[in-house]
Amino acid sequence: MTILVVAEHDNASLKGATLNTVSAAAKLGGDIVILVAGSAAGAAAEAAARVAGVSKVLVADSAVFADQSAENLASQVLEVVKAAGGAISHVLAPATTFGKNVLPRVAALLDVAQISEIVAVESADTFVRPIYAGNALATVKSADPVKVITVRTTAFEAAGEGGSAAVEQVAAVADSGLSRLTGRELTKSARPELGAAKIIVSGGRGLGSSENYHQVLEPLADKLGAALGASRAAVDAGYVPNDYQVGQTGKIVAPQLYLAVGISGAIQHLAGMKDSKVIVAINKDPEAPIFQVADYGLVADLFEAVPQLTSAV
Amino acid sequence: MKILVPVKRVVDYNVKVRVKSDGTGVDIANVKMSMNPFDEIAVEEAVRLKEAGVATEVVAVSCGVGACQETLRTAMAIGADRGILVETDVELQPLAVAKLLKALCDKEQPQVVICGKQAIDDDANQTGQMLSALMGWPQATFASKVAVSAGKATVTREIDGGLETLEIALPAVVTTDLRLNEPRYATLPNIMKAKKKPLETVKPADLGVDVAPRLSTLKVVEPPKRSAGVMVADVAQLVEKLKNEAKVL
Ligand SMILES: Cc1cc2nc3c(=O)[nH]c(=O)nc-3n(C[C@H](O)[C@H](O)[C@H](O)COP(=O)(O)OP(=O)(O)OC[C@H]3O[C@@H](n4cnc5c(N)ncnc54)[C@H](O)[C@@H]3O)c2cc1C
Repeated sequence: MTILVVAEHDNASLKGATLNTVSAAAKLGGDIVILVAGSAAGAAAEAAARVAGVSKVLVADSAVFADQSAENLASQVLEVVKAAGGAISHVLAPATTFGKNVLPRVAALLDVAQISEIVAVESADTFVRPIYAGNALATVKSADPVKVITVRTTAFEAAGEGGSAAVEQVAAVADSGLSRLTGRELTKSARPELGAAKIIVSGGRGLGSSENYHQVLEPLADKLGAALGASRAAVDAGYVPNDYQVGQTGKIVAPQLYLAVGISGAIQHLAGMKDSKVIVAINKDPEAPIFQVADYGLVADLFEAVPQLTSAV
Repeated sequence: MKILVPVKRVVDYNVKVRVKSDGTGVDIANVKMSMNPFDEIAVEEAVRLKEAGVATEVVAVSCGVGACQETLRTAMAIGADRGILVETDVELQPLAVAKLLKALCDKEQPQVVICGKQAIDDDANQTGQMLSALMGWPQATFASKVAVSAGKATVTREIDGGLETLEIALPAVVTTDLRLNEPRYATLPNIMKAKKKPLETVKPADLGVDVAPRLSTLKVVEPPKRSAGVMVADVAQLVEKLKNEAKVL
């Protein structure tokens, strides 16, 4: 049994989400092979070879992967699965926008179901996944010959270092010619990534404006070394960019400490943060549903409470 | 240019579902059902493309039980021209839906299919990508901006690190994110008009598609509940608790 993990990387290094995916793969039992499909991705491949528990790294290095298009990546994964002649029993990728974009194509081309966003492995064919914004957990069993799976990264520890897997080059597929990346605007920030942060300060519509969001929350985040997050309402209103959104349809986070400021606690928001270790809610409405999941609730005007908190920590 | 928009009937997003006590699923009897919110955004986008003179026809498709007709009527009230119901009582999984849609695309020959990025019941986020792969078409998922012109689409996508813009050849599949548009409210006259628009019903067998599920659900349980927290009186007490009790500061 061989488990293929499709690496999310930026050619220079592996994304943290890949390490969580390797841990999920380890729970299946079998040889773990990482596929790094990139353009001048030698450094990412070396990093993959150092991940503990990995037996082989396959590298498809070609300009056709410069855009990381779903079309080219899915064809490459399909080629690798076919070349293995039935040895590959599972294909895994993180349930990030990367994995969600690519893996369903792989599943369709293999004519198998995809099991999305698993949070636990029961056995080699049975998995647990949240449905209805995490209001229910379904245990599902797959009858397909190849299990194509995306992994909720917060549910699995990151795999450590210490491996020394062999690195093997494989031929890259041809370009589909159907899609072209014309622009990328990545949010630049000196703060920790939302997905990896130990502390998250998250703001909602209660902040009232973009200026307030930054003036009130940034000093606190700076002092705590925290990442900044937001509710959908705050993103829709333009306080912060889309990649700040936490929730059912945004990012799923599970930090040590999640501070929800001026967020009401809609089920779609809770879906993204209710696995945090400690949740603090600051809201002026004592009836706000966020208090039902908060370990510590403070009914207060955020414009007074947050600056006080900033000077107290 | 024709646009196809698949729409799914799901439990309304405001409903907090309850797990059945026998662990077989969630209780959807007597629960308010609506169009999946992402699909509503998809219909709105297609209708706007028609209003802008880019598209000539918007066809809504729903796969599932007879009651999905209501979902199609909602799509037609927003502005879709006609509806196709692929009727079945079988539990449909994303791969099966993608195959049904492929059969309809082969027949209808749309230039663009606009899907919601995920359905808020199974949260699978698969169907659009699967359809695109089965058709051999390009895809642009999680769209927050779509422009269509002469044989291509330019799509801005919401990704984990920010935004990215793709240029894709048509025909293609686009899946919608929340910020693509704000769907209009269907007006009463449009709801009335929608009742008279054509709605065709076909069966999976008519399309030659095997829709048997590949995944079986063994059980459905409630997630672990968080234990009740405490309210603190002021910031000083909050800091004290975070330092000494939770030990996270
Ligand atoms: C399909 C779909 C997907 C969705 N996905 C997501 C998602 O991924 N993530 C997400 O977050 N939402 C999502 N939503 C939206 C969700 O339903 C809510 O609308 C949203 O989370 C509300 O954001 P909010 O809590 O910031 O705003 P509100 O609900 O308006 O809450 C603002 C809160 O701020 C408090 N407040 C106001 N002023 C102050 C003050 N001065 N001091 C203290 N408190 C104050 C208020 O009491 C209130 O509780 C989704 C919705 C749909 C339909």
